[in-house]
Amino acid sequence: MKIIVCVKQVPARDSTLRARPDGKWVEESEVSFEINEPDAYALEEGLQLRDAVGGEVVVLCAGAERASSTIREALAKGADRGIHITLAGDAAPDPLAIARLLASAIQSESPDLILTGLQSDDLGFGQTGVVVAELLGLPHASIIMQVEVAGDGLRVKRELEDGWFQHVSLPLPVLLTIQSGIKKLRYATLMGIKKAKSKPVHVIDAAAGGAPSEARPEAALPIRRVYPPQRTKQIQMLTGAPEQVAAQLLEKLRFEARVL
Amino acid sequence: MSVLAILEQRGGVLNRMGFETLGGAARLSGSLGVPLEAAILGDGLGDLPQQVARYGVAKVYAVEHALLAQYTADGYTQAAEQLIRAALIDINPERTKPALVLFPHTYQARDWAPKLATRFGCWLISDVVDARIEAGELCFVRQLFQGKWNADICAPTGSLQFASLQAGAFRAAEPVEAAGEVAAFAVQLDAATIRGKPEEPFREAQRSVDLSSAERIVAVGRGIKEKDNIALAQHLAEAMGAELAASRPICDNGWLPMERQVGSSGQTVAPKLYLALGISGAIQHLVGMKGAKTVVAINSDASAPIFEIADYGVVGDLFQVAPALIDQIKKAKA
Repeated sequence: MKIIVCVKQVPARDSTLRARPDGKWVEESEVSFEINEPDAYALEEGLQLRDAVGGEVVVLCAGAERASSTIREALAKGADRGIHITLAGDAAPDPLAIARLLASAIQSESPDLILTGLQSDDLGFGQTGVVVAELLGLPHASIIMQVEVAGDGLRVKRELEDGWFQHVSLPLPVLLTIQSGIKKLRYATLMGIKKAKSKPVHVIDAAAGGAPSEARPEAALPIRRVYPPQRTKQIQMLTGAPEQVAAQLLEKLRFEARVL
Repeated sequence: MSVLAILEQRGGVLNRMGFETLGGAARLSGSLGVPLEAAILGDGLGDLPQQVARYGVAKVYAVEHALLAQYTADGYTQAAEQLIRAALIDINPERTKPALVLFPHTYQARDWAPKLATRFGCWLISDVVDARIEAGELCFVRQLFQGKWNADICAPTGSLQFASLQAGAFRAAEPVEAAGEVAAFAVQLDAATIRGKPEEPFREAQRSVDLSSAERIVAVGRGIKEKDNIALAQHLAEAMGAELAASRPICDNGWLPMERQVGSSGQTVAPKLYLALGISGAIQHLVGMKGAKTVVAINSDASAPIFEIADYGVVGDLFQVAPALIDQIKKAKA
């Protein structure tokens, strides 16, 4: 089975964020980056499927130059090769344009299965996978908790709300967006890191026109400004040494909120 | 033009988020000065369209077809595409055109609304928490970075746009005196074009832990760092007479069983006291616990969204604060 896993590089979770001078995005030069967590689960599912049924895992990433570290990490974990669609570092985020770039790269690979995480931890639109499937004319299923090979296709377990689930059977090729927690994540081994250095990464320069013209990003997402949200609820912040904070909190919970 | 709210139903019962979508849609249609329309897809809708027509909607499209009986992304997308194109391309000037298509941000909408938007060359502005008209533009507010930041996304009014509204972000619509019109909209669907074969939805085995009736909950998140540290949260819960719960990543890691997970994919709780230990407060978690009477947040990151809904907040090291709290509770009891 030929499996393509789409991954994104996002600001690390504990990043302190500051708006860019134009206010339209955060200052990326001040944050460190990591693989989007749901995509790490998509990669894990892809690797385990390959190990079970044979084939190869290609890791595909659209992102600035820096994203090459995320591709290397995926190769170190066991992906066979990589494709890096390089975007300008200051490019405005545009989900539809990114989906077009990814779809174009996927088309020339003709995979059996495409996996993505269910959403990104930065923009969080939760739609890139579904849009890529539509652009490729492929079926999809989203928020997947389990994948099994069934005949010529797959039988997957979708997560619904409030503890409900549903099985869906789909023909190949198909795109699945993977829910976090589907499998236990592996760490890259020293041997894996060593091997990754010699694995091929094909670079497509989106900015320089390396991708087909209809796939080049044109209209950016019209983000007017980004900002930390205002608090709507009155919060009492407790400060001081841990013992003082604990004493204050206990006092408040017992005699003010009366919940303890 | 019009605002079209595409609502979700199962077995002829409206998903409760549908009333909020109608509320948000009514507000926007009022600001834009255009009619509010709604559409419901399915088979055997009964009198649901008539019920919805009483919520300030000018017209409700009942889109019924045997192939819409069970949800599939292919079936729903084709049906809605036909409805929107018919309304958009209609040469009759009396007919209104949807300029804004709204969905409740449910798991089902997440599965097919982006596909539908793509067919019109649009993106879905998903998980919207607020919307307003500003200088001839329609501006949507949505969250970034798991709720840590917001973004205003604006586009000229009158252009076709698709958006989904977050649970709890808009006031639910109320019924009004005058009922709107109900119109059946016939769609052409071919079974061969529906590629996914869904089975009946099911629930996992009965839960042995019922967090929904807990009076006090100590919930633990990523900030706990390691599996071995869960014991600290356990001790705090015991000292407070609370149930132990967790955010999704903790259960994903297998540090606590899935049945202790609070959030959109876990349990919904409404205790008197909810103490969030090292939980940042992504929306998927908040929807499961925002009904708590008193919320305490202990987190090292002052910008964590959990502080937006907390009553008492401590920015600090939970590995110092939690043991101190256990000591104080023991002292108070003694």
